[in-house]
Amino acid sequence: MTEYQMKASLNQGKVRKSSEFLRVLKQLSYNKIAMFGLILFILELVLCLLSPVIAPYDYAAMDVIHMNETPSAAHWFGTDDLGRDILTRILFGGRYSITMSLLSVVVSLIFGVVIGSVAGYFGGWVDNVIMRILDIIQSLPGMLLTIVVSAALGNGYLNTVMALSVNGIPAQARMLRAQMMRVRGSEYVEAAQSINCSQVRIIAKHLFPNSFSPLIVQASMAIANRITMCSSLSFLGLGVQPPAPEWGAMLSGARQYIRDYPHMVIFPGLAIAVTVLALNLMGDGLRDALDPRLKR
Amino acid sequence: MTETKNAPFLEINDLKVEYFTKESVVHAVNGVTLTLEKGKTLGLVGETGAGKTTVAKSILRILPDVGARIVGGEIKLEGRDLLKSSEAEMRQIRGKRISMIFQDPMTALNPVQRVGDQIAEVIALHSNESAEAVRKRAEDMLEMVNIPRERYSEYPHQFSGGMKQRVVIAIALACNPELLLADEPTTALDVTIQAQVLRLIAQLRDKLGTSMMLITHDMGVVATHCDTVAVVYAGSVVEYGTKEQVFDHPTHPYTIGLFGAIPNMNVDERWLHPIEGLPPDPSHLPTGCAFHPRCKYATEACRTGEVPTVITPDGHQCRCHNTDAVLKGEGK
Amino acid sequence: MTPVIEVQGLKKYFPTARGLLHAVDDVTLKIEKGKTLGVVGESGCGKSTLGRTIIHLLERTDGKIFLNGEDISDIQGRELKKAREKMQIIFQDPYSSLNPRYTVENTIREPLIVSKRFKKAEIDEKAAELMELVGIDNRLRLSYPHELDGGRRQRVGIARALALEPDFVVCDEPVSALDVSIQAQVLNLLRSLQDQKGLTYMFVTHNLSVVRHISDDICVMYLGQVVELCPSRELFKNPLHPYTQALLSAIPSVDIHNPNIPEILEGELTSPVNPKPGCRFAARCKYATEACQQPQVQRELSPGHFVRCCRAEELA
Repeated sequence: MTEYQMKASLNQGKVRKSSEFLRVLKQLSYNKIAMFGLILFILELVLCLLSPVIAPYDYAAMDVIHMNETPSAAHWFGTDDLGRDILTRILFGGRYSITMSLLSVVVSLIFGVVIGSVAGYFGGWVDNVIMRILDIIQSLPGMLLTIVVSAALGNGYLNTVMALSVNGIPAQARMLRAQMMRVRGSEYVEAAQSINCSQVRIIAKHLFPNSFSPLIVQASMAIANRITMCSSLSFLGLGVQPPAPEWGAMLSGARQYIRDYPHMVIFPGLAIAVTVLALNLMGDGLRDALDPRLKR
Repeated sequence: MTETKNAPFLEINDLKVEYFTKESVVHAVNGVTLTLEKGKTLGLVGETGAGKTTVAKSILRILPDVGARIVGGEIKLEGRDLLKSSEAEMRQIRGKRISMIFQDPMTALNPVQRVGDQIAEVIALHSNESAEAVRKRAEDMLEMVNIPRERYSEYPHQFSGGMKQRVVIAIALACNPELLLADEPTTALDVTIQAQVLRLIAQLRDKLGTSMMLITHDMGVVATHCDTVAVVYAGSVVEYGTKEQVFDHPTHPYTIGLFGAIPNMNVDERWLHPIEGLPPDPSHLPTGCAFHPRCKYATEACRTGEVPTVITPDGHQCRCHNTDAVLKGEGK
Repeated sequence: MTPVIEVQGLKKYFPTARGLLHAVDDVTLKIEKGKTLGVVGESGCGKSTLGRTIIHLLERTDGKIFLNGEDISDIQGRELKKAREKMQIIFQDPYSSLNPRYTVENTIREPLIVSKRFKKAEIDEKAAELMELVGIDNRLRLSYPHELDGGRRQRVGIARALALEPDFVVCDEPVSALDVSIQAQVLNLLRSLQDQKGLTYMFVTHNLSVVRHISDDICVMYLGQVVELCPSRELFKNPLHPYTQALLSAIPSVDIHNPNIPEILEGELTSPVNPKPGCRFAARCKYATEACQQPQVQRELSPGHFVRCCRAEELA
């Protein structure tokens, strides 16, 4: 009898482990809007990653005869001031813009979470020291900081990602800390202490899961910002180097033609907007799916 | 608009209130009928979510605009149906003829406004007196609730919990209302402070001749301060009578259960007698008598259909099919 | 027999902007095995702080704490962990005492996992036993706290506290947030668990009828100090401290033919921040004299009846 029971409960254990992940997925799948965002984003990502295969032209090939052309059958999104196909450049550019902004947000999220957790959990002088350092970082103009780090690290994909992340760390850390301070007063945290949970376990299992949801939203918002920041870097000769395309750089390059050839701004702008929208919808949905209180 | 001399001061007839969301309808109040005589106190007892506060808010017509609706019934104040009054008329009534004391004194006061000014505001709203006269009356009110008038210019955070609740009472009584709705006025307070506040309310009620509806879950508070008692369960009044009738001869199984669940101060019992089961989910009320799943007297008749209101031998109302069985069962 | 818990001169001060807040000031008491000590007092009297300090959730300022006769005042590290397993707490608010992202089962399993004493199969078995013990249906094991009513949540909290088979449990207002009918269910559960497991309780509450029902001894606290400590019956029959008398008279009686006449306390509450040395109740006490401005000591007036009032004999 007991053996049977044990076996049964063991099986339940297995079901439970996977069910937590499945639950989140299932919750997410109920949310049509979030699913739309997810599918949109995946589609975009796949298209961009497949750009060498599907792009109709070479992204760097100049064509002086077809300069500044408006959309046509040959050039769906038109051409830019050097006669390059905008669709091709958007597809290739996405490989940089999407992955770099996404990665940099993830990096700042990781650092922000670690720093914010430590400050929020320990409080006292630890918190004070960390917060003052973050104050100093935040008092520098964000762009300047990014430029300085980028210049110090040099060009290159990963270096640029790092430079982009630095700027986002304080905001993430601060938000997590504030949330944690709120959660830290809860009785369930005291309960965790009374049953001898280690500090790491309390942070990881009790404080963090109950304080991270605003961070997801903030992170999905930060992506747009990172794309434009990335373009500012390339404008200064840092970051992605021309002629490699990149959405932000395409935008800023086309700025002077906005009155005569608006399509040169509209299409890269649209690409950024669609990405941000997709990620925001997804982020909102993910936050809700992760919260068992909103379960259907 | 007809005001009959014989009409009771406050009369609630078959009041029904629903809260609704996209997915479900919550039947918060299901046909409550109550009367309150001038100068008397009616106690509304019941558990969390029984619909006590909703009744009070319906009288003042301060239910949220979205998500709540009064489905039926009437609330007559001296013969005039408040549910048919216009919003402008209600504004004249609120604060002046009827006022309400809320449960939590900590959130009922504006933290950035001087305490005295908060009292003066209500007085100024309902009178045309000069600023000095209003201030003087506000100071008088403070003194009436045993707060020195010198503290007029202080802020709520400088007051203790009991003092804040006294200020809330002063605001509620500032315009000499005829009806005071007190929603758990002392639940957030300590016993010694509760005694102080309840005594104050009782004194002011006697002095000003105010009628009162006292909402509470504390049977002891009802026993000390009410004239009549209505026991509310799942949005319905299950037992209704004078304090003596309900306390001496509780007849509804729920009322009896409530008394049994309270630790008795005079008898040593090793075990309490809780009511089995849980209060019903108001969005899925059981059919028939809402109490039948928890009731040990429940019969087939209780499971479906309307429950009659029976007059018990001592003359109070009880909404139960089996009052005879219950009254006999008491002896066992 | 050695008492399960013994506390001598326990003090807990909190630094505040205005000075030291004397939350627990010189508390001495003991609780025998299988007994319940009720701690009553009004909000801010330090009763919750006392419980939390005894079980080392808060660091004490001064004094000694003994668990089963062993001095655990200064233990740390592994010894502290061991002692904590023997001393658990049940919280007041069943809404905030459970992690909203933990299922019922996760909450109950956590102490077992953390203790590292059990294999996985044992943990599953024990968790199922605990749920049965506190009366939670097995089908609710994957429910989240928000899906449960207050009474069930409180049962989950009780199961978590009992998972490691403690000797001593601090019940911090465990039924204050519950409706009367549910309150009775939980009180009965706590009592039957005490009978089954020989638990020792410290029952912190402001509800005097509950404390009278559940306690063997009662300790009345006022602004951080124990003003009266004696067996439950004795306290209700023969209260000696003027504060206890006022407190008891203020309970609204359910008996309509026999109402309590509340003794209304006038005067302002003394601040627990840097209090004067004298009796802390003196400002509201109608019997206060010159002598009450002197520090008060806890005296045993009759066997087992302790009181901290210099005029107790005269008033008795």
